[in-house]
Amino acid sequence: MAETAAYDSKIEGNVIFTRLDAAINWMRKNSLWPMPMGLACCAIELMATASARFDISRFGAEVMRFSPRQSDVMIVAGTVTYKMALAVKRIYDQMPEPKWVIAMGACASSGGMYRSYAVLQGIDQLLPVDVYISGCPPRPEALIEGLMRLQGKIDTEKSFGEQKRELIEELSI
Amino acid sequence: MTLAEAAAAIESRFPIARKIEFRGETTLVVARESIKAIALVCKAELGFDVLLDISSVDNFGEEPRFEVVYELYSLESGAHLRLKIAVSEDDLTVPTLSDVWATANWHEREIYDMMGLRFDGHPDLRRILMWEGYPYYPLRKDFPLGGKPSDVPDVGFTKVAPLEGGPFVTLPSQATAKDREPRARRP
Repeated sequence: MAETAAYDSKIEGNVIFTRLDAAINWMRKNSLWPMPMGLACCAIELMATASARFDISRFGAEVMRFSPRQSDVMIVAGTVTYKMALAVKRIYDQMPEPKWVIAMGACASSGGMYRSYAVLQGIDQLLPVDVYISGCPPRPEALIEGLMRLQGKIDTEKSFGEQKRELIEELSI
Repeated sequence: MTLAEAAAAIESRFPIARKIEFRGETTLVVARESIKAIALVCKAELGFDVLLDISSVDNFGEEPRFEVVYELYSLESGAHLRLKIAVSEDDLTVPTLSDVWATANWHEREIYDMMGLRFDGHPDLRRILMWEGYPYYPLRKDFPLGGKPSDVPDVGFTKVAPLEGGPFVTLPSQATAKDREPRARRP
């Protein structure tokens, strides 16, 4: 009875067929560990987003990591001065691929109201930003909306091609 | 010792360029060369044991261009005394007071960083707010608010910030919050 040995009805419900990209992206997007780059008042809203009322863990992003080596998404929350920009860039460089960046609030997106010699006019001049969130500061709902947009973006990525995008860019030169 | 007595004691021993009394505040404008000796007397004999702040003023277009302002406070009598010295653009050195009041160390670094005055004898005269190697002194009147482009090692860039018709200023008035909020207001 070789046929019945090959077929085991007990594991039938545990097998799914899907694309590898879809499976990997599904795992990635539902477990985004943020690097909380809190630089100004936006960080207060970031903390509120993590706390009980808004509860970012509903979206799998509650594990704030203060080590860049364990983080997936850097949430730049606040005013980036030129002096701090160096540190932000360095922390971003220490994050392992795949990595994403959320520019939270007006300052991180564009310099905001700080049209000044001391302030970087948008973190996108240094890092590749995936999601910009407007507001000064944005409400926690806006941050969650931004996170959901990022999840949507991750869903459409090619998981392996995107994973080492910096390395691939370097090699193709 | 009251404020009047302290001011009189300084006046009797050092040349005073000007004495300004305004709303109970006393300001002594003194020579740059004598500020160290006056500071030592203030601390050791007149009881001004706290240096609250050192600030600097850029009177652009006037000569001498810069002023340094010292705010002294006595814990015992509660008296405030303000000392001012004038600094010419041709010679931007000022004697340090960091060996008299230790708190002067960082205040003087801030003035060096923002205004470009150099403090003679300072133990560690580095920039404190801007990064090492930044070439300008941003609080000077001839420095534009948006900044100047600079080529800085490690940072690699600073660009002029777009002002979009600004700077944005508020209007102090009794009007509604909407009318008072910061806007680009050309004079």
